[in-house]
Amino acid sequence: MSAPALELAGVEKRFGATEIVRGVDLRVAKGERHALIGPNGAGKSVLFSLISARFPVSAGRIALHGEEIQGKRPHDVNRRGLSRSFQVTNLFHRLSVFENVRCAVLWSLGYRYSFWRSADKLRDANERAREILERIGLSHRAEVSAGILSYAEQRALEIGVTIAGGADVILLDEPTAGMSRTETEQAVELIRRVTEGRTLLIVEHDMSVVFGLADRVSVLVYGRIVASGTPDEIRADAKVREAYLGATAHA
Amino acid sequence: MTRGARERLVVWAVYAAVLALAPLVFSKGFALTLLCQMGIVVVFALSYNMLLGQTGLLSFGHAVYYGLGAIITIHALNLGHGKLPVVFMPLVGGIAGLFFGVVLGYVTTRRAGTTFAMISLGVGEMVAACSLMFPAFFGGEAGISGNRSAGTHFFGITFGPQIQMYYLVAAWVLACTVAMHALSRTPLGRMANAVRDNPERAQFVGYDPKMVRFMMVALSGFFAGVAGGLAALNYEIVNAESLSARTSGLVLLATYLGGMGFFAGPIVGAVVVTLMQTLLAMVTKAWPFYFGVVFLATVLFIPGGLASVAMLHKRLWDAGQARRAGVVYAAMALPVTAVLCAVIAMVEMAYHASGDVEGPFRMFGREFDANSWGPWIGAVLVLAAASLACRWTWRRVAPRWNEVAQAMAAGSAR
Repeated sequence: MSAPALELAGVEKRFGATEIVRGVDLRVAKGERHALIGPNGAGKSVLFSLISARFPVSAGRIALHGEEIQGKRPHDVNRRGLSRSFQVTNLFHRLSVFENVRCAVLWSLGYRYSFWRSADKLRDANERAREILERIGLSHRAEVSAGILSYAEQRALEIGVTIAGGADVILLDEPTAGMSRTETEQAVELIRRVTEGRTLLIVEHDMSVVFGLADRVSVLVYGRIVASGTPDEIRADAKVREAYLGATAHA
Repeated sequence: MTRGARERLVVWAVYAAVLALAPLVFSKGFALTLLCQMGIVVVFALSYNMLLGQTGLLSFGHAVYYGLGAIITIHALNLGHGKLPVVFMPLVGGIAGLFFGVVLGYVTTRRAGTTFAMISLGVGEMVAACSLMFPAFFGGEAGISGNRSAGTHFFGITFGPQIQMYYLVAAWVLACTVAMHALSRTPLGRMANAVRDNPERAQFVGYDPKMVRFMMVALSGFFAGVAGGLAALNYEIVNAESLSARTSGLVLLATYLGGMGFFAGPIVGAVVVTLMQTLLAMVTKAWPFYFGVVFLATVLFIPGGLASVAMLHKRLWDAGQARRAGVVYAAMALPVTAVLCAVIAMVEMAYHASGDVEGPFRMFGREFDANSWGPWIGAVLVLAAASLACRWTWRRVAPRWNEVAQAMAAGSAR
């Protein structure tokens, strides 16, 4: 049996005396689309930051394809095939849309810190960047600075930069936050397309997105996973209804 | 060849032609010295912008690499005596700059932002202090001299005459400019921009921002060292001044003034600063004051630097707004000039009144007594009238200017 794409065991995070994540166990199988839901302040974004090594864990272990990655630096984790997006758009705002994506493919194609060849002549990097732009529907905006894109375009680029390096485990933090109905539908379609054949862990508040996209769902409440299962199981779970879904069902 | 590539080729050809032909136009001894100095500052400022503009690192100690490059070059010149051709001497400076870039960069690039600026200042002061503690190596305040024309000569080229030295500088300026421009377009150069914009995100696409900064500091140390090597050959003397905070400050001013957001910005800045330092200093003792005012005005009103003004006018031209803008400029020219004249007169009179300057104050071919009330009252009146004229004229031409701005905005939205 192959190791799960991502495995968390007893992961904890404290900021001073405040415990934000209190012993999370989570398994995401290879190729699975896994959604992480939970009320505001449950620690979802912090958990993402622990997995992607943005913050160090206080305790516990995190394994990517069976290899422990806790304590590593973010670029090491990324090079091992895990890539993440951010809840608040986090781009190279003065670079063009095309440059943003090309910067994101350089390392994975092995160009490292090369200062002896022209980036414009790296055929594979440029082709791959153009192909990503095609897939996220921003080809017509290639030469524009990322900073002046519309909000929805920036969110699409955020996804493009995240997937560009070819990582096989993708973490998306609220990719549809602040989007209109139509924009959300387009974003979900985009996510489905670009994560084909990859492992996806997604934080999302929009339940229609969660139940439409995910193979499995985990519910995080006050730093603990209270339930984990298929969308149907989660919908039926009493604890989840009480902690989380009840509120949205009435809203 | 694409249109962009052809345009780039034309720009490079013009640049090379200007470098090659400049001494034919400015052939006087002094002008030639000035051109050499400009070329050296161009390389130095471009190397500085690899940090400031491209990687977002504000360094207060860049003269360290320039100065050490210069000192080691002059030692190599004195020790080598003809074994290494003078043509390649700047390379010695470059390798020295690279070496110290690697050693010191390892320390300075642990952090970015304010911390980097502070560390660079500290390292700069430390090296400057060393230069005074070990005068035998660094030359102290008196300096170390060398002779570039000693040793073997090829085809009768001794580099003794200034014109031969100029072409040596020009060749290195061209080579370094091409190299630094090419570097800005490599994977490392692009990632330097990415790290400047968002170091966190750079980590999440697989790059270590510290490594990117370190490599940029080391490589910019190389080019600063080449500039130092050229300076050593050009002046044939190197002293502690060359690695002082003053020199670090000057390259920062030149780069900012020219425009750090454009590759050519530091070139413009280097030329303007060198001119101000020499020509303006010949005209008035108050030149550092004017220099300060120009820098302040740049920071406040044109943060993009002189290159951004040039770009603005290129866009004006492309948008077909040049004539409209020309009318505005023509209308404003007289009152603005009057304001400047009044201010300059007051600054100069203040210098004369302080007793620092010999002889009476002269302006427009007339002598004024800076110690009497008359000229001061006159200057204040001219200033007041010219300021009012400025306001009055601006109110008349502002609508036209707004039309220009709107037309340009519409042009860029298309």
